[in-house]
Amino acid sequence: MRFVPAGDLALSVEFAEEISVEINTRVRALEYLIQQKGVPGVVETVPGYRALLVYYDPAVTAYETLCEALRGLAAQTESAVLPSPRHVEIPCCYDDPELGFDLAGAAERLALTPAELVRLHTAAEYLVYFIGFAPGLPYMDLPDRLTIKRLDTPRTKTPPGSVSIGGTQCCIYPLESPGGFWVLGRTPLKLYDPAAAEPTLLRAGDRVRFVAIGRAEFDRIAASAPERADGSPGARESK
Amino acid sequence: MIRILEPGPLTTVQDRGRFGQLRYGIPPSGPVDRRAFAIANRLVGNDDTAAALECTYMGPRFEVDEACAIAVTGAPAPVTVNREPAPGWTTIVLRPGDQVRVGAPKAGVYSYIAFSGGIDVPVVFGSRATYIRGRLGGVEGRGVRAGDVLKSGPASAPERRRTVDPRSIPDFVGEPQIRVVLGPQADRFTEDGIAALLGGAYEMLPQSDRMGARLRGPRIGHVRGHDIISDGIPLGGIQVPGDGQPIVLLVDRQSTGGYTKVATVCSIDIARLGQVKPGQRLTFRAIDVAEAHHLLREDAAFLARAVREEKP
Repeated sequence: MRFVPAGDLALSVEFAEEISVEINTRVRALEYLIQQKGVPGVVETVPGYRALLVYYDPAVTAYETLCEALRGLAAQTESAVLPSPRHVEIPCCYDDPELGFDLAGAAERLALTPAELVRLHTAAEYLVYFIGFAPGLPYMDLPDRLTIKRLDTPRTKTPPGSVSIGGTQCCIYPLESPGGFWVLGRTPLKLYDPAAAEPTLLRAGDRVRFVAIGRAEFDRIAASAPERADGSPGARESK
Repeated sequence: MIRILEPGPLTTVQDRGRFGQLRYGIPPSGPVDRRAFAIANRLVGNDDTAAALECTYMGPRFEVDEACAIAVTGAPAPVTVNREPAPGWTTIVLRPGDQVRVGAPKAGVYSYIAFSGGIDVPVVFGSRATYIRGRLGGVEGRGVRAGDVLKSGPASAPERRRTVDPRSIPDFVGEPQIRVVLGPQADRFTEDGIAALLGGAYEMLPQSDRMGARLRGPRIGHVRGHDIISDGIPLGGIQVPGDGQPIVLLVDRQSTGGYTKVATVCSIDIARLGQVKPGQRLTFRAIDVAEAHHLLREDAAFLARAVREEKP
């Protein structure tokens, strides 16, 4: 583990140079311990795969003092008990070429039938390592069997809600954006909703499962615009 | 009420920023030039949390329907009240029906207009700041438009005009030296790469915006490639993709990314960097964290004395 300055308002606590559930759990544990214990001067934190970026107010704490406090907490991350994860089910319509426009192509590339690909994709449980890059965008991994080279030519526009795979990652686009991932389907849920009580559907540490739905169900949910303002997560929490 | 008659190319409502949301992928936003923004608010008697307008390259034309005080700071834009020139960096007292135009600055990029009482738009996730990519905050998450009517809070205009010590008014001309702290991934660059960053001059490119400043200059070479395992991007993080050209991430930045970051611009110099116009150049100099914190303390003390009441 090491501490590295990231300018004069932040520092990065790096646990290891690898992507693994174990290391990411320590990152999230450090964030949790900071929230629980309250470290003077910490403004906010941003988890990544293997590092926690800690923003601080230098008018409140000195760099060395903060490192010392964080070192003490980091030592507890292996034994820390995190709150049990939220299990979130995300409905996804795969079997409509208008929504899952890369399903057939990705299946062919992986030497699977589209039905087999959907079955494997819905059978897995995905860890949200962290949220980043865009509001509400989850960084999730992928079963080895579904590892797939990214699109040769990234598309300039991917619709919001697109459930997609690329490299060793599974991703859901919260906003219309360019992208090089294969779009297998689309969820009618909003990953990011500036009008909701909580801006994003998912958080770091969530466990996600995809549930295949038909086009009629997709349209029904999309039309009812699931309201998250009441505190419900929009997606069904299965536990 | 403030009625927008012409918005300017990009004018947004900003406050100090939206903190605590980066872990959800939502950037802090807020003003690029925090210093000019804070001074504008102090000139009209607001505290530092009030919302004001940030103008890009050119300001708006607007009308007020009640007496209030305004102040224009940042990039030195010409100001007129009912077509009569009015000063920047000074409290301007307006009467009902006055029409104000803030023009194009002769240097710099961002000008600020503060209104006594602050601009009252809904607070979203703890802030009034506009984040356009996320359609969040400000006026419906967008820049202001002609016809928009903005409410300003209950006016508490200072009784006396306030002005700013001329020494604390930057002119934004020339080739500024921007101070950086090396890292978090300085060890992913060659010695020559670091020497290029700290030795050469970099030109601001027109694709720059509130998300990031794109620069062109001496190539910054990597060791072991330009990709890292994605992690958080600090304010001022200097990301270097495979082409060796730096991108400085600013207030509307993406929260995380997978490019190596050679250095991080000191928070005190974010404003100066953001005010560099496309086509102008800048250089970088490395300092350590302790010196950066020392500079911040000095600046806070300087700022506390910068705004003063005019003698009656």
